[in-house]
Parts: sequence; C-alpha cells; structure tokens
Amino acid sequence: MNKFAKQLLPFCSLIFIISLWAALEPENFLSLQNFSNVLRRSSVNGIMAAGMTFIIITAGIDLSVGSMLAMCGMLGSLGMLFAGGGTWTAISGGSFIDMGWLSMLFGTVFGIGCGALCGFLNGICITRLKLAPFIVTLGSMSVFRGISYLINDGKPFAVSSYTFLDTGTVLGLPAAVLILILVLAASGFLLRHTAFGRYTYAIGSNVQTAFHAGINVNKMLVLIYTFAGALTGLAAMITTSRASSAQPSAGIGLELDIIAAVIIGGCSPSGGRGTMTGTLIGTLLISFLRNGLTLLDISTNVQLVVIGLIIIFAVTADQFATRREA
Amino acid sequence: MNPKLEELRMEHISKRFGAVQALGDVTFAVRPGTLHALCGENGAGKSTLMKILAGVHQQDNGTILLNGGEVRFANPKAALDAGISMLYQELDLAEDLTVYENIFLGRELRKKGLPVLDDAKMTQIVQELFDRYHFHISPTAKVSTLSMGEAQLVELAKALLREAQVIVMDEPTSSLSEGESRTLFEIIRTLKAEGMAIIYISHRLEEVMMLADEISVLRDGVIVFHTAAAETSIAEIVRHMVGRELHDFYPARQVEIGKEFFRAEKLSTDKIHEVSFSVRKGEIVGMAGLVGAGRTETADAIFGCGKLLDGKIYLDGKKLEVRQPQDAIRAGIAYLTEDRKRNGLWLNLPCAWNITMPNLEKLDMRLLIDQLKETHLCEENGQRVNVKWSSPDAPANSLSGGNQQKLLIARWLMANSDFIIFDEPTRGIDIGAKKEVYLLLNELAAQGKAILVISSELPELLGICDRILVMRDGSVRGELSAAEATQEKIMRLAATSNQ
Repeated sequence: MNKFAKQLLPFCSLIFIISLWAALEPENFLSLQNFSNVLRRSSVNGIMAAGMTFIIITAGIDLSVGSMLAMCGMLGSLGMLFAGGGTWTAISGGSFIDMGWLSMLFGTVFGIGCGALCGFLNGICITRLKLAPFIVTLGSMSVFRGISYLINDGKPFAVSSYTFLDTGTVLGLPAAVLILILVLAASGFLLRHTAFGRYTYAIGSNVQTAFHAGINVNKMLVLIYTFAGALTGLAAMITTSRASSAQPSAGIGLELDIIAAVIIGGCSPSGGRGTMTGTLIGTLLISFLRNGLTLLDISTNVQLVVIGLIIIFAVTADQFATRREA
Repeated sequence: MNPKLEELRMEHISKRFGAVQALGDVTFAVRPGTLHALCGENGAGKSTLMKILAGVHQQDNGTILLNGGEVRFANPKAALDAGISMLYQELDLAEDLTVYENIFLGRELRKKGLPVLDDAKMTQIVQELFDRYHFHISPTAKVSTLSMGEAQLVELAKALLREAQVIVMDEPTSSLSEGESRTLFEIIRTLKAEGMAIIYISHRLEEVMMLADEISVLRDGVIVFHTAAAETSIAEIVRHMVGRELHDFYPARQVEIGKEFFRAEKLSTDKIHEVSFSVRKGEIVGMAGLVGAGRTETADAIFGCGKLLDGKIYLDGKKLEVRQPQDAIRAGIAYLTEDRKRNGLWLNLPCAWNITMPNLEKLDMRLLIDQLKETHLCEENGQRVNVKWSSPDAPANSLSGGNQQKLLIARWLMANSDFIIFDEPTRGIDIGAKKEVYLLLNELAAQGKAILVISSELPELLGICDRILVMRDGSVRGELSAAEATQEKIMRLAATSNQ
C-alpha cells in the first residue's frame, strides 16, 4: 500500500503538469509532434536516470554524469570518424567524413565502453580509496569535462551522417524512444527480479548488514557504477546523433535533471528505497515541466529555479512520508 | 542552586510501551550520602525507570517526589536542572573536542562583557575539580585520546560541575579495566562521603555488594526485592533476579554429541591473541567474558569480518580460507551478530528479503528471483521459528525485538549452515521469546549443528551450554564443563588477572 502511495504523489504531479500546460497552451502543447519531441528528449535523461537509480539506491550519487556524457560523445565520435577513414587533420578540422554503418556501430559501442570505463573508475575510487561518492564524482566531473575540451581544443566533432539514433525508427517508434523503453524495462527487471537488484537495496539500506550477509559490497558498487556509466555512454551517443556532432560542452548541469528525476521518483537519497517506475515518472515530469515552460517562453534560468525548488519539495515530502511510516 | 537534597522518591511509577507493560507500580528512593543499587536482568525495566527519572520518558502513572514535593520532568534538561544527572552506558562526548570543552559544552563561560570564550577560566575550573577528586586527566586533552575509563570520568565531571545531587550510573564498569574500575570505586566512595545520592545499575553483583547501602531488584517491571546491602547475599539477589529455578526456564535436552566439527587454532587479530577452541556436532558451546574481552572479535575473525593476522580455522577437518563473510557463508558458517539493528537486519526492507538475501545463491535465484517460491519458503521458515509478522512483505522494523531475532534465525535456517555463532541471542527480547530462542537452539543442536553462543548473561550460558569458554583480554582463559560451571567460577576467570 505504501509503495503505491509513494508513487502517487509524483504520478499526480505529472498528470497535473500535463493538464496545466494543456489548459494554458493547448495548440502548441497538445500536438503529436510536441509529445514525440518530449519523449525523444526524455530518452537521454531516462536512460541516464535508470543508472542513477541504482547508484542512489546504494546511498551513493554520481555528479559526473553530465561531463561523462560530453566526454563519451567526443570519444565515441572520434572512434567512428577514425574507423570511417578520417585523418586527424580532417577530423579535427570538421571536414565531412562519409562513414559506413559499421564505423558508426563501432563508434557507438566505443562510446558506451568509454562510459563503462568512466563508471568503473568512479567505482574503483569509491571502494578502493574509501572516498565518499560525492567527493569522487565531484572530482571526476571536472576531470571528464576538462578532457572533453582537451580532445579537440574545445571544438566539436562533426558526425553529420550519424543520424539513426535521432531520426531513425523501428516499427514506427523513434529509435531513441525504443532504446529508452528497453533500458527501463531491463533495468526494472534487474532491480526487481535479480540478486543484483536485491544486493543494490541491501547495500543502501544497511551496508554493514550487507557485508555481514556475505554480499561483496565493493564488487557490487563497482559493477553498479560501471553499469550506470555504460548507460551514460549510450545516452551520449544519442545526444551526439541528435546534434549530428559531439559537443565538448554537452550536458552542462545535466546531473541536476538526472538526480532530480530519480529523487522525485521516490528514491531516498539516504539509500535503500526507490523503483524504476518512479524514475520513469520523475523523468517525464521534468521533461514535461521544461517543455511547457519553454512553450510559455519562460527562460531556462527560471526553469533552473523551479527544478531546484521541486527537488527540495520532493525530498521533504519523502521524509515526511518516511517519518509517518516509522 | 537547588535546595539541599533530603530525599528523592519515585512512587507507584508505571509505564507501558504499546503492548508491553515495562513498569508496574514501582517505588524507589535514594537519600544523600548513600548508594542504592538497582539490579535485574536485561529487560527487567531498570533503564526505563532511570529514563523516567532523567526526563527521557514520562511515566503513565505515579509521582516523582523531590524533598517531598512533586516534580515532573518533561525533558532531560528539566531533570538536569533539578540536580539529577545520568551517566549512560554509551558515552555522550564530542570526540574531537577537548576535555574542558566537553565539560562546558552548551554552558561555556565568556569573558566579562565580551562575546569571547574564556578558555583559561574553564580550563582552570576543570583542573581544580580534577585535582580535588584525583582525576589524572589533562583538561586540554582531546577526548578521542582518552581511554574508556577516563572518558567516563569526564562524564562524571560534567555532572559534578552541574552541581548534581543525584547521579545515576548505568553499568559504569562494563567497559573499564580492573584498575580503572578500582579508581571509579574510590571516587564513588568520596562522592558518597560528600553527600551525593547515587543510583547504581550493574550486573556485577560483587561490585554491588561492595558499594551499595541499599539494593533493589527489578523483575518484569516490578520491584521484587528491597533490602539493606548488609543483610543479603549474592545468591539471594540472583534468586530474586531470575525469579524461578533455572531448570524450569532453560529447556532440558537430550543430545548425542558427535565428533569435532569446528576448530579454531591460535586465531589472532589486533584485538585477540591465540584463541583456540573447538565445537562438536550437536554441542552448544558458550563463550563468557566481560565487555571488551574479545568475544565478538573472535566471532568476527571466524566469519571474515576483521583482518585475521594469524591462525587457522577448520570445518569438518578441512582448513578454511576466510577472507570475507561470503567465504564463511559458502563454507556453511552462520553468524547472528550482537547488534541486530546495526549489522543484522535491513530494517526498511521486507522480512522476506531479510531472510533470503544471503541465500539467493544457494536457492539458485541469482538471475531470476522466483517471488512465489520465495514467499512460500519464507513462510515455511518463518513458521519453523514461529515468527509473528503481518506478512513476509512487511518491513523488518514492523516486528518486535524478539521477532526480529527469530527472523535472523530463519535466515540462517534457510542457509542450512552447520556451524552457527549466536552473539547475544536474547539481548533486548522478552522472557517468552527468550525461551523460544532456547528451544530453537536445542532443536538446531539436535539436528547435529555445532553451535557457539556468546552471552553476557551467565544464567543463560549455564542453562543452555554443554561447555563454557571464558575469555579475558583477548584470550581464552579457561574452559568449564556444564557440570562444573558456576557463575562464581566464570566470573573469577573473566574478571581476575592473577590466575
């Protein structure tokens, strides 16, 4: 019953936001085109939020996802451009390079691999150096961003033929939305129906108990950060495809939206609680919120203020519910 | 400044927590210059009574009288202001601050007319107090550098500077060395001579007999015995504490004790030295010792929780390499830790998850958890230990202490471990649940499991064990068979160093 009640608040908020925009801006908001846009936009955030859900359930956090997105996009593009036969002069200069699908597939996998490696390194630092996730990922946030700029001296990479993840469709569904659905379904299954998911809750609920119950806590944490990193790599390639280029400044401040989506979806920042359904609702809530505010010509600066306030509100509501439960 | 204390009296105090009557009609008094000892088993209501006196809890019925006038303590500060200070078992000091900063915490002295702390003045006052009572502690030392005994004296100093007239000490010697305890006893005598009223809670009856003027025994929330210390004996106090003949309470058992199953050889960590012992199939071995003797550390070492510096562990004749709990569990060792909340349970997760978590591998549910089967198995194991839950999906923190303990037993029953370590298996659970736990221990032994029980309750060890090991200062100091063991023999091994 409680599980249901906890999902209820974010779900009602989502319905409320959608109804509000529908009333205020019916013709622009209530179009198939707009909803399709919102969903495609949600795909990047939703995929990253799925990974972040695991991390936050372990009572951890990953602040580096925004920078990681930029770096993985840069490295993945670089990989596919090289594989497509480009020379460094041509690539760095932004000349058009005609890539085959195999090169693009390679670059995509490479970008995902870079994400996994970034997550792995975060996990290793957290478990081996015994540092707080907040500190490690605050540091790596800066490192990844710096590297993104260093790769091509602050300039983007152009990948104009890399469009499938943006405009491609499978069975009539935009590819990005399909990927989002697959990622959320797989993550939800992993979290709910496998030992991996159970151990994730166990670590966040009480790490001492998890250790005494024979769970290899360090290995689990490294796996979780690696998994989340790989999903960020995937999101990076979708972002790259959408812009037809990899921007070193991509994803600045994106960690805010991702963490907010997960927290709004009912994950407890102190660990041990959260669901994938909640994360989906949280992601959609933020996407629709931003979409409506943009349609109403409200600046992104105001959007930042609104989202920040919503995070504080969501955590307050969550604590209130938890206290009543106890 | 409060008027001089003549008598503190608690009359007809009762208190109920949910379904549990923690205290029923308790009357208790203490006068200046005397020490009134409060004895009783765990869960008898001693702490509840003292927390009411200290303003932490409020009584349902009854009155507290100070010099004959009724007082009500709505919070701990009210009790402190009335001159009642409590020294808790767990010390309440800020580790990174100095001794004098701790003593003046919240009541710092300022330089006249300036918003600046007068450190020199505070240091001086503390030094004078320490000189007067012969505390050999520097007021400017950091608390983290102090021993447990010294830290306790700092707590005491805090109470003295507040001009306490009544001091409640809850198991003050439980984590002190012999020498530190003796120092504390000297100080207690001095305080008594100066007219302090002291309420002293301890399981160590020798101490109680030595220090007390009056003794009260609480059992199941009622004072069952009250006497002048000179007119009683340890045996009499024990009889009133337990309240029943031991053989009634501890179920008898007929078990075939088999061959040696578990053996520890010269286990050493930074806390224990060369601990060796063995447990046979069907045998329940007890481990006695004072707090800090190295009992939990021994269990931790066996289970791979701490770093083992030296020593070998054998299970069924085979040498085990245990680097982490995972290895121990796979080999068939189970460990029910002392502190259920800290490292035994996931309080906010469902009961069922609490049971199956370490067993998913064994149940072949790593890749897909069959939730129907899981629920079914949990209900089955839950029934075996008679745990009362609204459903296996209810969070573990919705259960009482006794049921939480049964939940843990169900977890390790499901693991089907062959060597089971119980650390304080009946701590904080009520009498009825205790008996059920004893019956379960017997049942496990009857199935041929080897069992090690660590406990601070000597009657419990005497009642259920076939053999009792006694630890002191990180080593096994003796071994007693069930037939020869007595509380006195155990205490002598556990507490005296000149064997």
